[in-house]
Amino acid sequence: MNESGCVLQVRGLCKEHGEGQGLVRAVDEVDLDVPAGQTLAVMGPSGCGKSTLLHLMGGLERPTRGEVRLAGRRIDTLSERALARLRRRSVGFVFQSFHLVEELSAAENVELPALLAGCSPRAARRRAASLLERFGLADGARRLPWQLSGGQRQRVAIARAIANEPLVLLADEPTGNLDTAATLDVLRLFGELRAAGQTLVIVTHDERVASTADRLISMRDGAFVDDTRLAGHGPGRLGGMLGLGD
Amino acid sequence: MQDALLAMLAKEPSHGYGLRMRLRRALGPLGESMNAGQVYVTLARLEKAGLVVCERADGLPDRPDRKVYALTPAGQRRVSAWLTEVNWPKPNLAEFHLKLAAAAAARLADPVELVDAQRRELLRRLAEVQRAVLAEPDGSTAGLLLEGVALRLQADLRWLDACERVWSRTGDGA
Repeated sequence: MNESGCVLQVRGLCKEHGEGQGLVRAVDEVDLDVPAGQTLAVMGPSGCGKSTLLHLMGGLERPTRGEVRLAGRRIDTLSERALARLRRRSVGFVFQSFHLVEELSAAENVELPALLAGCSPRAARRRAASLLERFGLADGARRLPWQLSGGQRQRVAIARAIANEPLVLLADEPTGNLDTAATLDVLRLFGELRAAGQTLVIVTHDERVASTADRLISMRDGAFVDDTRLAGHGPGRLGGMLGLGD
Repeated sequence: MQDALLAMLAKEPSHGYGLRMRLRRALGPLGESMNAGQVYVTLARLEKAGLVVCERADGLPDRPDRKVYALTPAGQRRVSAWLTEVNWPKPNLAEFHLKLAAAAAARLADPVELVDAQRRELLRRLAEVQRAVLAEPDGSTAGLLLEGVALRLQADLRWLDACERVWSRTGDGA
C-alpha cells in the first residue's frame, strides 16, 4: 500500500464522449479517495456516469483527462498489456449480468483467474474449491451457469472476482438481476468480504444495497453531489423507527 | 397544518383567505377537499399561542373585518425549527411537501437542500435497518417487520428523489 492508506485515488477525472454539440461528460472532474477496507457505494440515476466511473477505476476504460491510482500506482497511463495484467491480478469485477463463461462449470469459472495469472492448475483448483465452499456453493461446483439460480450465479461471479485476492472489488449493479432473497445473499456475502478487510466499490441505483456501505456518494450528470458516511452513527435507533406510540 | 401556515406567513403577512388559496395551490387536487374553516381555526390557535399577531384590519369595504396575520419572533423560531426537523417514522407527505413549497416561496431555505438533509437522515436509518435485516436468518418473523420498515424507508427515499428532480428544475418554484 502507499503512504496515504488509500487503495484508490482519483484526481480531476474526466471522461467525454462525442464532440462539438454532441459532447457528453460522462464523468466530470471527479476527485475520490477510497481508503483500504472501505465499502463505498455510488448511487445515481441511470446515465449519471456511475458505471463509467467504475470502468475508469478498474482500467476497463481510459479517462479523457485526470489520474487514477491503484495502491499509489498510476494506471491511466499504463500500456494495454500492463493494464490487462493489472485487471487480471489486482482488480475484481462483478457485473449485473454475471458474465460467467457459459461453457465452463462453476468451479472452472472460479479457477480461471488463477490460471490466467500463472497459478498451477492444482493450486487454482484448490483455491476455487475453498471459495465455493465458503460461499455455500460446494454442491453446485460442477454445474454449468445455466443450471444455477441467479443468486448462485452471482455468488460464483463474486468468487471468481476475488480469486486472485484483488486490491479492490468493483461491482456494477451486482443485484440488478436478482430477487429480494438473492439480493440479501449477495449483500451478506459482501458483508463477509468487508469484515475480512476487502476494499469494495458498489455502483447501484438500489437504496437498500447502497445503505449497506460505509460511505455513500450520490452522482448526478457526471459529478458527485453528496458524500455521506453511513457507518458508525451513534447508538442504534431501531426502536424509535418502529413508530410504536405510547 | 400549524407549521405550514406559519411558514407561509414567513414570506409576508397575509389574511386567512390568501393563506387558504396558497394552501390549495400547493396541494393541488388534494387541497380541494380541505375544510374552509380549518385555516381560520388554526390561525386563531396560533394567535392564542403567541406565534402570530393580528396586525390590522384590511380596509376592503365589503369585508371590513378581514384580519391580516404576521409572524411573531416566537413564530419565526418555530418555522426555522420546523424546516430542519425530520419526522420519520411517521412521515407526513403533505406536510413535507408544504414545507418545500413554503421554504421556496419565502426563500427561507433551498428546497433541494431540505430534501438532501432529509435523505441523508433516512439513508442512515435505512443503513441501520438493512444491517438488522441482513443479520436475521431467512424466514424469521422478526425479519418481516424489519423488511417492512426498510421498504417504507426505500419508498420515502424514492419520493425524495422525485422531489429533488422537480424542485431543482423549478428553482424558487412559483
